[in-house]
Amino acid sequence: MNDFEELSCDLLVIGGGAAGCVAAIEAREKAPDLDVLLVEKAHIYRSGCLAAGISALNAYLTPGETAESFLRYTIRDTHGIVRDDLVLSMAREVNEQSHRVEKWGLPIPRDENGHPLKRGRASIKILGERIKPIIGKATEASGARILNRVNVTGLASHRGRIIGAFGFHVRTGKFYAIRAKAVLVCTGGTAGLYRPNNPGMAAHRMWYSPFNTGAGFAMGIRAGAEMTSFEFRFIPLRIKDAIAPTGEIAQWLGAKQINAKGEPYLEKYYQHLGGARMTTQDRLYATLQEKAAGRGPCYLDLRNVDPRKLEGTTRAYLSMAPPAAMLLQDEMYYGRGGGSMAPVEITGSEPHVVGGHGLSGYWIDEKRRTTLPGLWAAGDVAGGSPKKYAPGAWAEGVLAMRDMIEVARERKMPELDEEQVLGERDRVFAPFEEKQGTPPRELEERLQKVMDEYAGGISQGYGYSEGELDIAEIHLRRLEQEFPAITASSLHELLHAHELMDRVTVSQTLVAHMAHRKETRWHCYQERLDYPERDDARWSVFVNSVRRGDRIEMVERPVERAALEVVLPPLADGAIIRHGGE
Amino acid sequence: MGVFVDENVCNGCGIAVEPMCVRDCPGDLMILKENRKAMIRDNRECWDCAACVKVCPTQAIAMQLPSSVIVRGVRLKGRAIKHKTTWKLRLRDGTERNYETPSTGSPPFTPSL
Repeated sequence: MNDFEELSCDLLVIGGGAAGCVAAIEAREKAPDLDVLLVEKAHIYRSGCLAAGISALNAYLTPGETAESFLRYTIRDTHGIVRDDLVLSMAREVNEQSHRVEKWGLPIPRDENGHPLKRGRASIKILGERIKPIIGKATEASGARILNRVNVTGLASHRGRIIGAFGFHVRTGKFYAIRAKAVLVCTGGTAGLYRPNNPGMAAHRMWYSPFNTGAGFAMGIRAGAEMTSFEFRFIPLRIKDAIAPTGEIAQWLGAKQINAKGEPYLEKYYQHLGGARMTTQDRLYATLQEKAAGRGPCYLDLRNVDPRKLEGTTRAYLSMAPPAAMLLQDEMYYGRGGGSMAPVEITGSEPHVVGGHGLSGYWIDEKRRTTLPGLWAAGDVAGGSPKKYAPGAWAEGVLAMRDMIEVARERKMPELDEEQVLGERDRVFAPFEEKQGTPPRELEERLQKVMDEYAGGISQGYGYSEGELDIAEIHLRRLEQEFPAITASSLHELLHAHELMDRVTVSQTLVAHMAHRKETRWHCYQERLDYPERDDARWSVFVNSVRRGDRIEMVERPVERAALEVVLPPLADGAIIRHGGE
Repeated sequence: MGVFVDENVCNGCGIAVEPMCVRDCPGDLMILKENRKAMIRDNRECWDCAACVKVCPTQAIAMQLPSSVIVRGVRLKGRAIKHKTTWKLRLRDGTERNYETPSTGSPPFTPSL
């Protein structure tokens, strides 16, 4: 049988992305007497969402902004469903954490007053091509123990308390059982649940990291953690084909969204949604509506932009989404531009479950504790607090770690349950035992087809109804029943097998959430064709779930508004809804 | 389709424990063949993040996007050097455009963005 190693540490960090690396560094700085172990399935130099780089920090309080103003913006954009305590505690940390990463070597251009160059009220420009190696090297320099190339598959528990994790080395196949006094999960969100924008060879030409496959969600769901708001699927508006961010063009160059007739459609046809100030999801919704009205496709209008600025945009794309730089330049010289810049076509991406942009993830408290004692969550796996982006992930990693340090100091090193260790080892390597089974790639195609067609994918314009969700649920249960028949012929395929199983588990919880919320609160993200209106009287609640065995139990949690007043975008009948205040 | 390794240029990073591209790929997709040349397991899995392209000390790796996204012949190479990364973007007619992106340390006071 495979090699086996048991490790122990005071503080265990699962996932070496934005949140995990900074959390590990925080542990070294604040508690050098404690032993922190960071486990990462790739290598921390380029793993996670930041692999290609980023060109902006989108959660940074520019002069005049406060944690409260950031919260107000978040509440409005999510139509009221947001955890004020989480957003405020995060927003109070984002600038400090950004400056910390700057000290490690991240270039942040500043104006003559020393302020970072502003891209939006909560967004600044950075030169972030090497942001991940910078953070990775700072993590190494901190003295944190780092275990690269170990894919964590599950959580170890004792009487309901999380006491460690299991995983396997993707190169050697060694099985690891790790015990710890406190465990932080920060493995990122989930791509690849739905059929992606591009086919076949280009299937991974997507916005979110295709290597973020929901492992952290899935291990929490299996362990009975309470999850929130999976039905808030995040679907960004992207540059078509390259599926690259539009903010660089829309915010930095000020390009307007236009339809095929050249009209600025947000302002002309969608004043009732807020016009140019509409919510993020309504920008996508309006773009789809234009197509339905016969005025598609839609574009970002670059025709009047200074060509010198476009060279800067090309450099920005090289620093975060190189395919967009290739596409932009090719289009400019050979496409419709004919030497000048043509409008760039925009489209919605596949839906994602991701707590760093959307609302979905672990239900946590202000200290980032999950509902499972001994387990904390930060970054894209943590729910209730959208728009955290990289700075928010750093902030959450730090907030979680500060509490973990206190807890770890009070606890004795736990003992792993041998039966649990052997059980997880059998589950992990089962695809090697099955010789005649189904390869994970085939089941991935089936998962993505089911989710696309029956759970509001791209082909369905993101809409869905109860009857379709019922079918999706049946298909997902069948897929789950086929787990024992999955085959793998290499360690790399074994990794795929687990990535596939995790995504099926995430999809099951996602569909249960989508079926529970019987209104349409967030167009496209959560588009119930059988309940097309927003219903504030009934549904101003968080939809949460806990999986117990085969059953997914739904719970609703109230929204607790901090002492500030927010006016939500108006309802279809024009009614104004206020939240909070006197 | 994502990245292509020029076997005439790749030296498997000499005596290094593992080639830089094998170390850095976020999808663990780069492997070292028996002839000590790097290769990608399967370009269908590539995210086009260019981590391998930039870190390759011999500039043996080029990125090309699938035909469903962009016409063949458009190719991107790059090289991470001390405080910046240099890029060569070849367009479909073979013309080459060069770029530089500052990557670490203090940026120029008024960056040309």
